[in-house]
Amino acid sequence: MLDKLKIPDHHYLHDGHSLRSWLLTKDHKRIAIMYLMSISVMFFIGGLFAVGIRFELATPQGDFVTADTYNKFFTMHGVIMVFFFLIPSIPAVLGNFLIPPMIGAKDLAFPRINLLSLYIYWIGGIFTLYAMISGGVDTGWTFYTPYSATGSNTNVVPTAIGIFIAGFSSILTGLNFIVTIHRMRAPGMTWFRLPLFVWAHYATSLVQVLGTPVIAITIVMLAVERGLGFGIFDPARGGDPVLFQHLFWFYSHPAVYIMILPALGVMSELISTFSRKTVFGYSFVAFSSLAIAVFGFIVWAHHMFVAGISTYAAMVFSFLSFSVAIPSAVKMFNWTATLYKGAISFETPMLYAYGFMGLFAIGGLTGLFLATLGLDVHMHDTYFVVAHFHYIMVGGAIMSYMGGLHFWWPKMTGRMYSEFFSRVSAIMVFVGFNITFFPQFVVGYLGMPRRYHSYPDEMQVLNVMSSAGATVLGLGYVLPVIYFLWSLKYGQVAGPNPWGASGLEWQTQSPPLTENFLKVPIVDREPYDYEHLVAKEKHLV
Amino acid sequence: MKIFGIPIFPEQASTFAKDVDALYFFIFAVSAFFALAVAVSVIYFGIRYHKTHDGEIGARIEGNLSLELLWSVIPTVIAMVMFGWGASVFYHLRRPPAEAMHIYAVGKQWMWKFQHLEGQREINELHIPAGQPVKVTISSEDVLHSLFFPAFRTKIDAIPGRYTELWFEAQTPGSYHIFCTEYCGTNHSGMIGTVTVLEPAQYQVWLQGGGVEGTLAQRGAKLFNDLTCSTCHLDSGQGRGPSLKNIVGKTVELQNGSLVMVDEAYLRESILNSQAKIVKGFQPMMPTFQGLVSEENLVALIEHVKSLSPDATTAAPATGAPSAAVSTQKPAAAEKK
Repeated sequence: MLDKLKIPDHHYLHDGHSLRSWLLTKDHKRIAIMYLMSISVMFFIGGLFAVGIRFELATPQGDFVTADTYNKFFTMHGVIMVFFFLIPSIPAVLGNFLIPPMIGAKDLAFPRINLLSLYIYWIGGIFTLYAMISGGVDTGWTFYTPYSATGSNTNVVPTAIGIFIAGFSSILTGLNFIVTIHRMRAPGMTWFRLPLFVWAHYATSLVQVLGTPVIAITIVMLAVERGLGFGIFDPARGGDPVLFQHLFWFYSHPAVYIMILPALGVMSELISTFSRKTVFGYSFVAFSSLAIAVFGFIVWAHHMFVAGISTYAAMVFSFLSFSVAIPSAVKMFNWTATLYKGAISFETPMLYAYGFMGLFAIGGLTGLFLATLGLDVHMHDTYFVVAHFHYIMVGGAIMSYMGGLHFWWPKMTGRMYSEFFSRVSAIMVFVGFNITFFPQFVVGYLGMPRRYHSYPDEMQVLNVMSSAGATVLGLGYVLPVIYFLWSLKYGQVAGPNPWGASGLEWQTQSPPLTENFLKVPIVDREPYDYEHLVAKEKHLV
Repeated sequence: MKIFGIPIFPEQASTFAKDVDALYFFIFAVSAFFALAVAVSVIYFGIRYHKTHDGEIGARIEGNLSLELLWSVIPTVIAMVMFGWGASVFYHLRRPPAEAMHIYAVGKQWMWKFQHLEGQREINELHIPAGQPVKVTISSEDVLHSLFFPAFRTKIDAIPGRYTELWFEAQTPGSYHIFCTEYCGTNHSGMIGTVTVLEPAQYQVWLQGGGVEGTLAQRGAKLFNDLTCSTCHLDSGQGRGPSLKNIVGKTVELQNGSLVMVDEAYLRESILNSQAKIVKGFQPMMPTFQGLVSEENLVALIEHVKSLSPDATTAAPATGAPSAAVSTQKPAAAEKK
């Protein structure tokens, strides 16, 4: 049967070969591919700064680079990874590519706005890269005032403008998804027949549309203070430095959910496909995404328990923070239950899904420590926090993104990558990640503060472990670039549905036509219906 | 706690340390239980239900309402226990006892300056007695900082323009780290120091040593004259400014009829931004001292004003910050021991 498979003659990648046909495309799939290339470049730039950080921290003395350079390293690492990789990663690449075919649509509701969002992302990225090349910025990705307003002599405003611009890209993507999911569903594709991936993106889009304007306003206030000398945050001019933290986290905490919610959506697809079983408690998983999105907006001050907020305000925010833990736990339990009596296999995407469950569990559970008031006083701004959010962002969001990329790669390109090397890479990422970040929990509780260029001697062993693990982790990320590129030319032809997955996107050819489907699909069954798939296959044979 | 000579757990040098660590181990145990439960389940299911032949699919199980409720309610209950326990430890951390001895700290790029009421001033070093609650009132000369004592399990941000405070009771004599944990620019990681916990008798010896020009309040009294505060703020109440005698902890009426409690935050504001709250019956004629008085001199002035109210008894404000509690402590706190 495999011999008969060949790449179809007509598909979206063949719909014009000129540069113009790409730069002026309105096809969501081509835009997704351009996003994929752009964010991959950003990922490796951000990764290079991480290499610099881990080199420096291999020894307690600040001896690899100067303190100022080190401060720029971790700032640029954070800015690029958060605003130019993690936030766009799953929505702009996988969401963009997959939401229309998953709901049986030809494209997003606003194809031109989709292209516009990519251009806006590029302009924002160029601003930030310019700021980086022309001297960098050293405020930390959090831009806390008054240091960012009056203390730092670096390129704060150009970087902030880059983030401000990129924010509009995020808003437009979110808007496009919301309208698309409301208006573009194929006949029969009811809300409760949507793949959970789509539910997660719907929740994410709400956060993008409602949250991002707040960071935009905050950045304008910072620029006005820095450029024109307004006293908004600087107490010497009558401002309030803590106000900035409220505004910043009012966006940036929900932004964490912009990063993780789509990852949770990918997970539901992976777990279901590779256990050939419908997701346990579909509606609980769907609504837990919405619950996380809503609760995510009312927990921001848990970043500020030691920033001078009142004892009782801290208690309210601690309480609310625990409430976010519940829908996250519900998802974990539902995925676990999905595996029960499944028909489980461990292709590369499932390896990533398993890795995700381990790392996201640790990331989520260590969040409980930090939400606990009496403990956060000790742990705040130590490496415990650094380890916690890397378990969520890298162990959660990136593991899931990688799993999703491996899962849908054959759909996007029509070809399979090397199963052997991709498994090696998945295992390297998992092992390397744990060696890198687990010791940081220990060194954090020991008291090592984050953003330290040098540190006490007794903490060296744990830091060397981190740096060693980062090497393995880094190689684990480089390997996919090689076998993915290799697969484009030499990979085995995948066929429309290599995994036996149930989603509508697998019912069309790989790579899909520009219009995704030959005729509008009519949906007449529930999601994750593997009985039907098998029956159909038998019928064909 | 050390493994092969490498510390993996911080020293417990304050009364808080055991409380905080107990909470840590409780949450650790709960987390380990759930993490292991999930890990064992997914690995077991992965092996037990491994796909054996092509075309095999899983059982059709769509969900189970009782299970969903069970694994929503149980984590909620556990989370509430964590919240409650954490909040009670936090409340304790935020409420300095009335008898605490008082120290002032100022964060400045990139050093910590400490001032004892007895007049001793230290940079990146802090000497304190064991077995005595110590309250530290913190301000910042420039940007945000955060004063962190890992061995005592407590920290608080230093915020320019206001006072914050923390307290602890050190138990074990020895030397421990002081870190700045709020990123503050180039030498953030150089803004470190050592807190030395001394036996009370040794601490008394330490207090006697070194050339100290009077107590903090006495230094404040000198500043009070040098800055010509004394020309208007006459004790008699007949001056152009209100008398500062016996005002700390009292409530005064302002021009607009509102009431304000005289505490460190109010005194600070009245010196730096003198037009903000004018006491009823006085003219807004006091010059502003913003930029003219350093944070260290500011606390000396405040201590001087507090020394004019020897009987001040004020309840600590319900919130630790931004208005710090007014100490009821007379200057020679340590001598009480």
